[in-house]
Amino acid sequence: MTDLLDRRLIVVTGKGGVGKSTVAATLGLLAADGGRRVAIVEVAARDHVSRTFGLGAADVFRERPLADGLHHVSVDAEPALREYLADQLPVRAMADALTSSRAFAYLAAATPGFRELLTMGKVWELAQHTRRTPGARPYDLVVLDAPATGHAIALLDAPRTFADAARVGPIARQGRTISDMLSDPRRTAVVAVSTPEELPVSETLMLRDAARATLGAEPALAIVNAVRAARLTGPEVARASAAATAPVARSVTRAHDLAREQQAQLTRLRRGLHGSGVPVVTLPFRGDGDLGPADLHELGRVLGRRLDRRDPVVVS
Amino acid sequence: MSVADRLEGKRVCIVAGSGGVGKTTTSAAIALGLASEGKKVAVVTIDPAKRLASALGLEQLGNEPHRVDPALFTKAGIEVTGELWAMMLDAKRTFDELIERLAPDEKTRREILDNRIYQELSGAVAGTQEFTAIAKLYELDRDGGYDVVILDTPPSRNALDFLDAPDRLTSFFEGRALKLFLAPSGIAAKVVGRSTGVVFSVLKRVTGVDLLQDLSVFFRALGGILEGFTERASGVKALLGDPATTFLIVTSPQREPVDEAIFFHGKLAEARMPFGGLIVNRVTPCAQDDEVDVSALTASMTDELGASLAGKVARTYAEAQALAHRDLRAIERLRVELGVEDPILVPQLEGDVHDIGGLLGVQRHLFATDEERGRMMDEAAGVA
Repeated sequence: MTDLLDRRLIVVTGKGGVGKSTVAATLGLLAADGGRRVAIVEVAARDHVSRTFGLGAADVFRERPLADGLHHVSVDAEPALREYLADQLPVRAMADALTSSRAFAYLAAATPGFRELLTMGKVWELAQHTRRTPGARPYDLVVLDAPATGHAIALLDAPRTFADAARVGPIARQGRTISDMLSDPRRTAVVAVSTPEELPVSETLMLRDAARATLGAEPALAIVNAVRAARLTGPEVARASAAATAPVARSVTRAHDLAREQQAQLTRLRRGLHGSGVPVVTLPFRGDGDLGPADLHELGRVLGRRLDRRDPVVVS
Repeated sequence: MSVADRLEGKRVCIVAGSGGVGKTTTSAAIALGLASEGKKVAVVTIDPAKRLASALGLEQLGNEPHRVDPALFTKAGIEVTGELWAMMLDAKRTFDELIERLAPDEKTRREILDNRIYQELSGAVAGTQEFTAIAKLYELDRDGGYDVVILDTPPSRNALDFLDAPDRLTSFFEGRALKLFLAPSGIAAKVVGRSTGVVFSVLKRVTGVDLLQDLSVFFRALGGILEGFTERASGVKALLGDPATTFLIVTSPQREPVDEAIFFHGKLAEARMPFGGLIVNRVTPCAQDDEVDVSALTASMTDELGASLAGKVARTYAEAQALAHRDLRAIERLRVELGVEDPILVPQLEGDVHDIGGLLGVQRHLFATDEERGRMMDEAAGVA
């Protein structure tokens, strides 16, 4: 499974609140630790990863170093449009007239999927061996910390939709180029992040179907995040509850019930994915997202070990 | 103050917060609580968990609320003197119905509904759910005959999308801008200046002709429903700022949802929309203020449980308390940042809520007085 990190682009998505940013940062660190030059890309106004590394909200498009080999870029549709037009149009004044035009702003805002297309265009640019941005160094791997499943699918689908809708012209051509990359499993991998809970698991299964339909490929990996260890067996819980003080007994029972519910959802996920080639890897619960760089490094090592195993289906 | 006090005199309650914090469950529990107090309540949910949806008898997407069978309440052992209505929003259908209602004639209606741009726009996830959700809210509030309508907001990537939706649509449908498209070579173009001509020639070049054609048909057809749409969007906007409307922010004590809650609260204030209170779900109950001494605790249980089990039990307890302390810090941060004296804290409940009984459990916390709630939290911690 380590060939996951040899793609050009990893798209990390899943239901809101499952720890997509944590997983994206973990994957990024793991790849950077392996000597790659990595960019973690966030869609603007999120910037969770940069905050984890103690940086403030990002200037859009500034490529900033987070750690050795790891960089952070925040992508937004408006500057992507400006950059795109400046690149496409021969005369600077034309691009300026266009971007400052109210009519154009309305059109861009109203055209379905246009924002998504622009965002993916910039992500594509970052993932190229030869960057279009003058003087910019290429990355070995781009990890896209994508929005939640539905919106991520819209992002992945936009280039193809535009290619089909426009048919001719530069947008059609570029849409096709981006879409080709996204649906090429050697270059692009979708990583589905979940937690062992009902809705996130349902959304992961939905993502599998949507990825099949949109990209013609399944997610390369499902990562189940924040799995709580079941330390005690049922009979042990009963013995402990009888012997311990009320607060201790409550904690033990609650932890046990939670772990059991989680195992049931993990089983549901594995059953749902049965028959497709999506491997499932779990990550241990690490205390709710207050993770610093050191925690992420540790998590990266755990993930690395689990990805290295022949059968990455691990019960933690 | 309980949720009931906070919703006193409110007709519309919008439950906001990031994904995965129990928003839908909270919305349904609030609706249940108000219904049991005798009100006629509708709850609009976006994407409920399957088990919760079937608990409410919501087997499929629908566009009208349906009444939750009172027999379910009797079975769960509660008396509901009011009525609980629930629906799962179908964004695409809500949009279609709105167009159907606003279109002046069959031709305009078909032209819009069949247009490829419209089909994508109305089926797309981003933006449409937000707009249709509040459009539905507006309609239910105006015509539904409910005492209270509760809206469980869509899982936006950004809470801002939700507040902005009516504004974005209003300004998008705002006559002047639209006319630019409808008459690119007309008077509007001359008024706006030469740049419009450049815009259109460049657009053709950048986007390819077909797309532009589709767009222009779309915009022209929309021209026919412009007035109705603008009116609707401003009605929706007015409703969001109405004194009878309130926003409850729901979060869990994790950092991301807390950040989002603080951000959203700021945006509410900026937009001068009414903030009605904060609910913190999934709080780990705290049993002791100081750090757990794992070895002492292990030693105290070793005689009865043996060293190995005693150690595991002690570590489990210590971890739970560490989490509880972090939760307390998160809640303190929310108190300061939001200026909320008394957030409503709901302890981590066992398992997902998937029946009326489970909803009732949540509702008890939400509708309790401060004193009762404190007691329930202590009970959950085992220190009552």
